[in-house]
Amino acid sequence: MSATVATNRDMPSLYGKAGSLRSERRWALVWAYISLIISAIILLTPPVYMLITSLKTSAEIADQKGNPWIVRNPTLENYWELITNSLFQGFFINSVIVTLVVVALTMVISILAAFALARMRFWGSQVLATGVFLTYLVPDTLLFIPLYQIVGGLGLLNSIWGLVLVYPTLTVPFCTWIMIGYFASIPKELDEAALIDGATWPQMLLKIFVPVALPGIIAATIFAFTVSWAAFVYPTAFITTPDQMPLTIGVVSQLVRGDVFVWGQITAGALLAALPPVIVYAFLMDYYIAGLTAGATKG
Amino acid sequence: MAQVSLRKIVKAYEGGVQAVKGIDLDIDDHEFVVLVGPSGCGKSTTLRMIAGLEEITSGDISIGGTVVNDIPPRDRDIAMVFQNYALYPHMSVYDNMAFGLMLRKFPKAEIDRRVKEAARILDITPLLDRKPKALSGGQRQRVAMGRAIVRDPKVFLFDEPLSNLDAKLRVQMRTEIKKVHQTVNTTTVYVTHDQVEAMTLADRVVVMNHGIIEQVGPPQELYHNPATKFVAGFIGSPSMNFIPAKVEQASGALRLHLPQGIVLDVPAARTARYQAHAGKDVLFGIRPEHLTDDKPTDKSNTAPITLKPDVIEPMGMETLVHFKLDGTEVSARLDPATPAAVGAPLSLIAHMDQMHLIDPTSDKVL
Repeated sequence: MSATVATNRDMPSLYGKAGSLRSERRWALVWAYISLIISAIILLTPPVYMLITSLKTSAEIADQKGNPWIVRNPTLENYWELITNSLFQGFFINSVIVTLVVVALTMVISILAAFALARMRFWGSQVLATGVFLTYLVPDTLLFIPLYQIVGGLGLLNSIWGLVLVYPTLTVPFCTWIMIGYFASIPKELDEAALIDGATWPQMLLKIFVPVALPGIIAATIFAFTVSWAAFVYPTAFITTPDQMPLTIGVVSQLVRGDVFVWGQITAGALLAALPPVIVYAFLMDYYIAGLTAGATKG
Repeated sequence: MAQVSLRKIVKAYEGGVQAVKGIDLDIDDHEFVVLVGPSGCGKSTTLRMIAGLEEITSGDISIGGTVVNDIPPRDRDIAMVFQNYALYPHMSVYDNMAFGLMLRKFPKAEIDRRVKEAARILDITPLLDRKPKALSGGQRQRVAMGRAIVRDPKVFLFDEPLSNLDAKLRVQMRTEIKKVHQTVNTTTVYVTHDQVEAMTLADRVVVMNHGIIEQVGPPQELYHNPATKFVAGFIGSPSMNFIPAKVEQASGALRLHLPQGIVLDVPAARTARYQAHAGKDVLFGIRPEHLTDDKPTDKSNTAPITLKPDVIEPMGMETLVHFKLDGTEVSARLDPATPAAVGAPLSLIAHMDQMHLIDPTSDKVL
């Protein structure tokens, strides 16, 4: 009898505990949604405001009356003017050339460096791997002064090829670091099996490591793409004429005339410039996350 | 096909730790040799040195009569099966098996013939188009073996290939490996920590401990005539019992005095062998299967012994009984029909023709 009483007394407390677990989970979800919504509002406000502004005429933007968040007479005029403007087309082509070459260069250098540092144990490889990462911590706002001397010495000032030369200082260290982490997560037995199967080191890299580490390579590629596409300090310092400017400084330098800001076109230009990275991220987000986490946990 | 020969092989790591301390071993053509021993005994290091995956500190390794010390793994004409299979995850089963042949620029038709033949031997033909992630552990292990077979190498190297499989599959794959060896007949060096695997697979077993070879021999030889206490204890499951004892002279015969006043007669055939140790302390070694219930019809060379069981483990086909003899754990293997109860005296007999005496200072079997 007493046993029954004890059991009955225990039952509600057990259910109570399970119930509190459920409610704890519910509250965690509520808080997660609240913080996500606040973050989304903070992060999305500038682009949404840019989108609204880009759809207005200059007269409407200058008009102080009314709610600035509402477009009264929507127009695509700003976009059309930019797209048909040969200067803007030039900025876009410059950005594409610089980014593609930098991404290609970065990936070749990073994959080779990471493979050597992660797999070919040689004297000082650990120190070198850490050193590569430390160079990433030096900000470009400090580096552009000595780099100006180097780029100038090579006669590449005011040339997109000067940018191709200096952007890898921003992209290679971090991409190498991501790739070291990814390569390190590949079991050692895989290279040993390849060695015994008859592979040389380059064959091992190309036929085993590159395909197996594809998520990491994609993550590193996205990073290199974003950095080169969005670089601002180096082109500001090294490029002076509009024909060599990439989008980032082209939009700002050519659409701000003295103290006149062509806001409609500036915002339209900025949104158009942001479009390629958005598209790349949208398609390759999963690979990007997979690549970064492998680097984070094993590196 | 080839012989493998190891001469005074030493492997020392930075800081002076020696994983392998100057071992000599000759493996014959077509032979299946198993290196067995506990973790850290140097067996895997030895195998990896044969493969060329570890550098040799000193000594010579030859395969097929050629010293291979400075030859890279790809030119040693060996194939290796790893514990974690090491299949290329982005390639199909077919490509995994064909990869080594493609690198060696074999004609496509020959690659196809060899892959399909190996797949037939290993019964994995329906899996050829699958990726490794779509295979079970046993299937992956077959593919890893297939990758080795297609190469038709001089030597197969297996590094604990069954350790990642569950117990049932391990037994099944063990048989498969033996069948494959009987079919392809390639010289094989196999590393395991599991003495049952070693006993069942090997033509010869190499027992290693602390970087040295304790004993080399056919499984039955190691079981019946171990050279050291380590081998005696390592080979056989459950392990051999080691009971402190004293050899005493008794009117031309020898007797063993065990704890708790137990006295066992040494068989006449062994008297000459142990005569020099009369009056000395030794370890009396007897396997649990040689300490049985008092039933056999032929009681020659047996000695009665009565003990009180501490633990009884019925296994179905037999019953294991554990005793304590002055702090020493002793096990016996009984017929499951023998009535045994914890704490109740149990009459056993020791099969003294299967006994061993061990020198407690040198750990050598006398």
